[in-house]
Amino acid sequence: MTMIPERAFAAPMVDSANAPFWQAASEGVLLIKRCSACAEAHWYPRPFCPHCGSESTDWVASTGSGTIYSFTITRKAGPVPYVLAYVTLDEGVTMLSNLVEAQMEDLHIGQRVAVSFRQAEGGGAVPVFRPVAP
Amino acid sequence: MSIKRKACIAGAWEHPLRKAPDKTTAQLHYECARGALADAGLEFKDVDGYFCAGDAPGFGMLSMVDYLGLRVRHVDSTETGGSSYLIHVSHAAQAIAAGHCRVALITLAGRPRSEAASGVAAAAKPNVPEVPFEAPYAPVTLNAYALAAMRHMHEFGTTAEQLAWVKVAASHHAQHNPYAMLREVVTVADVLASPLVSDPLHKLDCCVVSDGGGALVVVHPDIARSLKRPLVSVLGAGEAVKGQGGGRVDLTYSGAVWSGPKAFEEAGVTPQDIRYASIYDSFTITVLMQLEDLGFCAKGEGGRFAADGKLISGIGRLAVNTDGGGLCNNHPSNRGGITKVIEAVRQLRGEAHPKVQVPGCELALVNGTGGLLGTRHGSATLILGRE
Repeated sequence: MTMIPERAFAAPMVDSANAPFWQAASEGVLLIKRCSACAEAHWYPRPFCPHCGSESTDWVASTGSGTIYSFTITRKAGPVPYVLAYVTLDEGVTMLSNLVEAQMEDLHIGQRVAVSFRQAEGGGAVPVFRPVAP
Repeated sequence: MSIKRKACIAGAWEHPLRKAPDKTTAQLHYECARGALADAGLEFKDVDGYFCAGDAPGFGMLSMVDYLGLRVRHVDSTETGGSSYLIHVSHAAQAIAAGHCRVALITLAGRPRSEAASGVAAAAKPNVPEVPFEAPYAPVTLNAYALAAMRHMHEFGTTAEQLAWVKVAASHHAQHNPYAMLREVVTVADVLASPLVSDPLHKLDCCVVSDGGGALVVVHPDIARSLKRPLVSVLGAGEAVKGQGGGRVDLTYSGAVWSGPKAFEEAGVTPQDIRYASIYDSFTITVLMQLEDLGFCAKGEGGRFAADGKLISGIGRLAVNTDGGGLCNNHPSNRGGITKVIEAVRQLRGEAHPKVQVPGCELALVNGTGGLLGTRHGSATLILGRE
């Protein structure tokens, strides 16, 4: 069994449109966007709703719980292996992320995961996901 | 307006080099242009339309038109990664049909092998909206295909052995191509024994990194008939872009579900009519998914369709990538679209290697997947026919 190694994260790329997301992440909260016109959540966050076109979108806190939609162990591209995954949040949107705190051999599609945060260079934080009991 | 039979591919040329340390990228574009024009029996002064994509150096279109000394009245630098050059063929046919040009030149060239730019690591650029939400996780090109492969296995029971058959078929074809980068025939066991690079993809599930390029000359049918080459017409085309759907990610299908039916409808043919297909093979999973999405088999059946050598010319009902494809022959500039068109033209002219030539090949499908299959990609499909 091989534990997923921990790795360093570069400082988040903060801009005027995503600053609230990274501020919340540094406080341990995963924000997503929800449209107040059509009530649909979307990912990645935008200043408008990609589903209906409304500009009435709100930052809302995700429960941080989700399910692995797909994953892959990147074995050669970095100094240590790392796991890229699509995680479908319980709010319905699927986001790209990394999986952490798991044995590589135990990972499987459909596995329940919860958000966790990793400190990044420069003081920010990056949301990642760790498997949890179903 | 339909483009059916409104334009012909009169010139097609693939650069023979797979490593070009002593040539510049612009020079490779020039040599490809020269080769395709000579193949058609035309000259640079005949060109009045020019098409290139993101591999063109400098200011792209502007640098290349100036460098090549072209005098053009129609240009198009549509950029959808490796699928760009199929879209260029379609757009050239549209432009010719509309009277905007009569001789369209399309070039692709690059030196990723000499420059040690495998395309593995995507540089994190500012001002790209998705990058802040993806770059922290260090996605590389092959991840976007591996994620689709992993989901395909989960949904449909596709196996690593079935994926490997795509590479095995490519290697059987490449042994007959003297220019192919990898000419050794490999087995399913060889593919599975190669190192895992991004589960479930092994090293041999990935295309080569090669220098080189290719060019095409698309002309008005009147010009094509005045030349000495076999007539290869553009019969139908489709283009599409698929992304993450605002978070509604579904990796089980690609943009070919849109670009394919559009091309078939325009050409007035069906997948059952096709005996040769050039299908973008950046990775083995790319081919499996396109076979399904283009309608050669039902969704989820791609693994069984490709298994047991059925993609090898003379064995199955559909021969795929008889030049050895991106997996074995060539993937110039990390973009294989133009070589896909070139091998289809060879097949339609009856000029493929005799060991892989599809007898009486009258129809060919060309499919390109550019960008990143699992995040955002361009899909283009062409149906070509010999007159």
